[in-house]
Amino acid sequence: MIRGEQLSKYFGDVAALNATDIHIRSGKITAIMGGSGSGKTTLLRLLAGLEQPTGGHVWYGDEDLCAMSVRRLYELRESMGMLFQYSALLNSMNVYDNVAFPLHEHTQLDESVIRTMVAMKLEQVGLRGFEHLMPSELSGGMAKRVAFARAMAMDPRIVFFDEPTSGLDPISAGVIATLIQDTSRKNRMTSIVVTHDVHAGLAIADHVILLWQGDIIAEGPPDAIRQSDDARVQQFLHGRPDGPIPFSRSTTSYIDDLTHKPGTIRLQS
Amino acid sequence: MNHSSVKQSFLALFFGRLGRYALHGVEQVGDASMLGLRALSLLFVRPWQGKHFILQLYALGVGSMVIIIITGAFTGMVLALQGYYTLAKFGSESLLGAGVGLSIIRELGPVLGAFMIIGRAGSSITAEIGIMRVTEQTDALEMMAINPMQRILLPRIVATVIAVPLLVSIFDIVGIASGYVVGVELLGVNQGAYMAELIAKITMVDIYGGWIKAIVFGFMIGMICTFMGYRSEPTTEGVAKSTTEAVVVSSVGVLIIDYIITSFFL
Ligand SMILES: Nc1ncnc2c1ncn2[C@@H]1O[C@H](COP(=O)(O)OP(=O)(O)OP(=O)(O)O)[C@@H](O)[C@H]1O
Ligand SMILES: [Mg+2]
Repeated sequence: MIRGEQLSKYFGDVAALNATDIHIRSGKITAIMGGSGSGKTTLLRLLAGLEQPTGGHVWYGDEDLCAMSVRRLYELRESMGMLFQYSALLNSMNVYDNVAFPLHEHTQLDESVIRTMVAMKLEQVGLRGFEHLMPSELSGGMAKRVAFARAMAMDPRIVFFDEPTSGLDPISAGVIATLIQDTSRKNRMTSIVVTHDVHAGLAIADHVILLWQGDIIAEGPPDAIRQSDDARVQQFLHGRPDGPIPFSRSTTSYIDDLTHKPGTIRLQS
Repeated sequence: MNHSSVKQSFLALFFGRLGRYALHGVEQVGDASMLGLRALSLLFVRPWQGKHFILQLYALGVGSMVIIIITGAFTGMVLALQGYYTLAKFGSESLLGAGVGLSIIRELGPVLGAFMIIGRAGSSITAEIGIMRVTEQTDALEMMAINPMQRILLPRIVATVIAVPLLVSIFDIVGIASGYVVGVELLGVNQGAYMAELIAKITMVDIYGGWIKAIVFGFMIGMICTFMGYRSEPTTEGVAKSTTEAVVVSSVGVLIIDYIITSFFL
């Protein structure tokens, strides 16, 4: 079980996350949804220990992630996987070596066994036969699928997915969503899925967390979220431009900026 | 504003800038040493990074060989040429061998060699690590339970510490050999005198001094270049800026440390 306690993260004066309590259930799929810049990636990185929180704690069972020894942290990470929003493949290595990397590093398995495992993982994402390509030769969507295969290479107990389906065509997106769901169910894998994709998120998750500007505005099983009567939640689910969540993140009025601010553009009357 | 106050404010500006640069530089070197020492403390921690160290040593050493040979050769040649015309004025051409040898072993080998290595290898270390950070490859390593400090920084630092003295030695040998060619074969200095002076005037202290310089330079280059890459802002300009800064800070550092070490050995 992973727990965030009063987690907050500031970048300078910008609050990416405000004192948030969060509870990730073991063996379940938790979807973290929210608009651009609402703090999803930040939350994921905090939970994975890639970022030091400005305040609060991350608990893995009864161990505090921030107070943990480096050795223990890496020990935990051997049973974790992470799919990065922009794939983060090691670009000095080809597809095969990228997917095989964790296996080469942390297991004593025979190369022939590793080859079979890599082929299996690549087959799942529809990229078997692309082993020899370098990351620079892949499209964004292909890179993401390779990164997915790499995240799953060690059959991890906990996996962090940052936008696993964004940038993918609908078919690949569907396959990846199903794959996350199936593996989670079969292996009782704990999945934390950050996504914009409301449809996929609600379809595969056991628990949904909705973020807005660094705060959790709704949380619960998908059905409860669908039926929420919070106007912000409904606006987000249905992608309406008008509602309590403003589309523009600027704090000043566009017209005011254009007309009144000295030194900027003057409109002719 | 009258003339003197313009001059005054110019001076204030100039020295203010200079002071800020100096402070910034010292701060950077301090931070780099802290990070470098932290990486070095992982030297004796499992898993051993032998393979990665060898790979880095190969990339750095073999990769810089050509440029070191070329610069070594031309340095030796021009020294012989310049030295000959100066010494000829006093009728002491026979000292040419000693002059070329001493200048290369004590000064030019370590300093010019270090400059070439900074330009050829140091900058690429910084850019490589910087790009790994920008593209989150270091984070990916972290998540795969690989410590980037141990896997990426440590082998590069150790490789520079070892490669720089070796490359500097090559620079020295090539430089002295090509000085000989120009002095003896081209300008017609007596071969026996050239060699005799060369062997008589160069002592072990000179050679050790050169090596000590090279080792210290290697250490500093490794620490600064890896540090700049690791700490670069995760943007395109960030990496560009830290690459420039790595080259500038380590080159200036080489000259300053060179002076300090030389003052101890004289
Ligand atoms: N390294 C950083 N430095 C400064 N500000 C940052 C940094 N990372 C994130 N932020 C800020 O924190 C806020 C949340 O960013 P985050 O990346 O977590 O958003 P997100 O929900 O993942 O967005 P998206 O869906 O577009 O990926 C944003 O306002 C962003 O500007
Ligand atoms: Mg994000």
